[in-house]
Amino acid sequence: MENFLTFFSFSDPNVRYVVLGTILLSASAAMVGSFILLQKKALVGDAVAHSVLPGICAAFLFSGTKSIPLMLLGAFTTGWLALVAIDYLTAHSKIKKDAAIGLVLSVFFGTGIVMMTYIQQSGNAAQSGLDHFIFGKAAALVGSDLLVFSILAMVILITVSLFFKTFALIAFDRAFAQALGYPVRRLDLLLTSLTVLAVVTGITAVGVVLMAAMLITPPAAARYWTDNIRRMVLIAVLFGTFAGLAGAYISYVAPAMPTGPWMVVVSSLIAFFSFFFAPRRGIVPKLYRQRKNQRVIAEENAMKVFYHLGEQGGNFTGQHNLQALMGQRDMGAANLRAALHRLQAKGWVTVQHGQWSLTDDGVGKAAKVVRLHRLWELYLTQYMAIAADHVHDDAETIEHILTPELERELEHQLGYPDKDPHDTEIPKG
Amino acid sequence: MIIQTPDPVLEVHDLTVSYARKPVLWGIDFTLPAGSITGIVGPNGAGKSTLLKAIMGLIPLSSGYVKLFGEPLDTVRNRISYVPQRESVDWDFPVSVLDVVLMGRYGKMGLLGNPGRHDRDMALHCLEKVGMSAFAKRQISQLSGGQQQRVFLARALAQEADFYFMDEPFAGVDAATEQAIIDLLKDMAAAHKTIVVVHHDLQSARTYFDWIVLLNMRLVAAGPTEQVFTEVLVQQAYGGRLNLLSQVGDLMEKREFPAREN
Repeated sequence: MENFLTFFSFSDPNVRYVVLGTILLSASAAMVGSFILLQKKALVGDAVAHSVLPGICAAFLFSGTKSIPLMLLGAFTTGWLALVAIDYLTAHSKIKKDAAIGLVLSVFFGTGIVMMTYIQQSGNAAQSGLDHFIFGKAAALVGSDLLVFSILAMVILITVSLFFKTFALIAFDRAFAQALGYPVRRLDLLLTSLTVLAVVTGITAVGVVLMAAMLITPPAAARYWTDNIRRMVLIAVLFGTFAGLAGAYISYVAPAMPTGPWMVVVSSLIAFFSFFFAPRRGIVPKLYRQRKNQRVIAEENAMKVFYHLGEQGGNFTGQHNLQALMGQRDMGAANLRAALHRLQAKGWVTVQHGQWSLTDDGVGKAAKVVRLHRLWELYLTQYMAIAADHVHDDAETIEHILTPELERELEHQLGYPDKDPHDTEIPKG
Repeated sequence: MIIQTPDPVLEVHDLTVSYARKPVLWGIDFTLPAGSITGIVGPNGAGKSTLLKAIMGLIPLSSGYVKLFGEPLDTVRNRISYVPQRESVDWDFPVSVLDVVLMGRYGKMGLLGNPGRHDRDMALHCLEKVGMSAFAKRQISQLSGGQQQRVFLARALAQEADFYFMDEPFAGVDAATEQAIIDLLKDMAAAHKTIVVVHHDLQSARTYFDWIVLLNMRLVAAGPTEQVFTEVLVQQAYGGRLNLLSQVGDLMEKREFPAREN
């Protein structure tokens, strides 16, 4: 708790640096990542992230110091080379895109690891901390380096905002953008450069291995919450920022913890949560809607049982025990009992000494379901030429979903009928 | 049979297009008059969509050139509208119907500009023309095939172009949408707009189009419907055996031969 307060009071200048740095890098990565995701190039982002490692090592070997600007230059160069290699392999060889990405990623990353191992065993004292570039260490974000990263992040944020409309158009309808005369190839180049830049921005804090996750996971999670691209990018930026902050905090509290993996864990948790609980697309709300449908079906079927018994006995509010109800329609005793209790709560059925009956309101509701059933049967026989003895099962489902508007339309098309195809009466609405 | 027109708005000259060195269109050469509705008709794999893409500069030409209003495409782009095939885009993309129609205005605002009040009004007006006003705020994944096509058409209208190229606008749409689209095209042609439509239904082609381009990897015929849409020519486009042409194409691909000597 004490750590928490120290961290979030931002009184320690190091904490301020780290927080500012991670926020800027997560936000810019999420913003670029949104368009990478929408252009279906997520794997390319991963390949680029891994491919910057040999560049970093080469810069170190060249200069013998951990000069951040030089390393950024190296990272940018090899990241770029990787992209060119993927494009070239895809266009000029039998190798398909997925294989080309896998190939380039492993060749570049492998080379990077070999170089890093060589540096670590070379005995150069300046090399200590170089391994942070693999899994990231937010605490390494200090002073003048932070300035470089912040400028890069700002460049990304501003450029993507300026080209927002254009990138969205290319992601949605490339041919149309081309036909408008947009320089699509150069804009592709711009977006891939921004991708490399976003990866480069994150190498100290997140590390090259997991930077792709900061590009892709926040936008993928954000997609679950909205169908509006502007809101999606905004939500992705918020998710990314939160994950970044959480990662920075954890590695501040436990200095042995690498920052990158924690950021990824947090953003993955956000993604999981979205996947399960997002209001419209999430799995849990979907299950809830299905369960609600099942309940409506059970309730309406139970009311129909009363109505059918009423038709036979001439008294719609007549009393029946569970056995009699089950005899009319076997919908499972537990299911029926649960439905009856829900209907009772709604005031559509009442019970006295184990004898159930419809209330006056209930009779109206039951008549409506029966009426929809019979109208639909009539529609099927008249308009779709289905035999009268084949329409019942279909109507059993449709009766539960017809809206009042559709009901009126159905009545109108059928000419306000009073008899269904089996010559039974259609109750009046 | 190729009937040329004086004062053409579109001139396709000796156009050859290859995919991976394999020619898919051979020496296409025709002209179109202003204010016409032209159907590009031919069997599957005839290269109808490819011809449209080649005219729009979306794929490289192996030979020949295209002129629109007597100029190369780049100088008259803002007078041209292209409607890609409906299936060519991801309809689960997070944008609304109005957003898509607004894309039709992008050509007028440059790379960095943003749509303003006037563009919005224009887009809404175009949605009204295709009977989709009520759907402006809807996310595009909730549309039926016919509605998607109407949205694409509204986007094209929002471009306020003089020349419209449409790739299969009648594919997979309901009868009501098909009729609504053809009515709209006829109104546009009456306002002296020129329209080119890739079409695969021979039955309706005769009534829809006043100019026909019959295609099957080569140009079979081009001219006014009543003159070129004859049984003999249609038979040539659909039934004619083009084995030799595709065999030569395969050979060029295999030997990595250029479409032209230099």
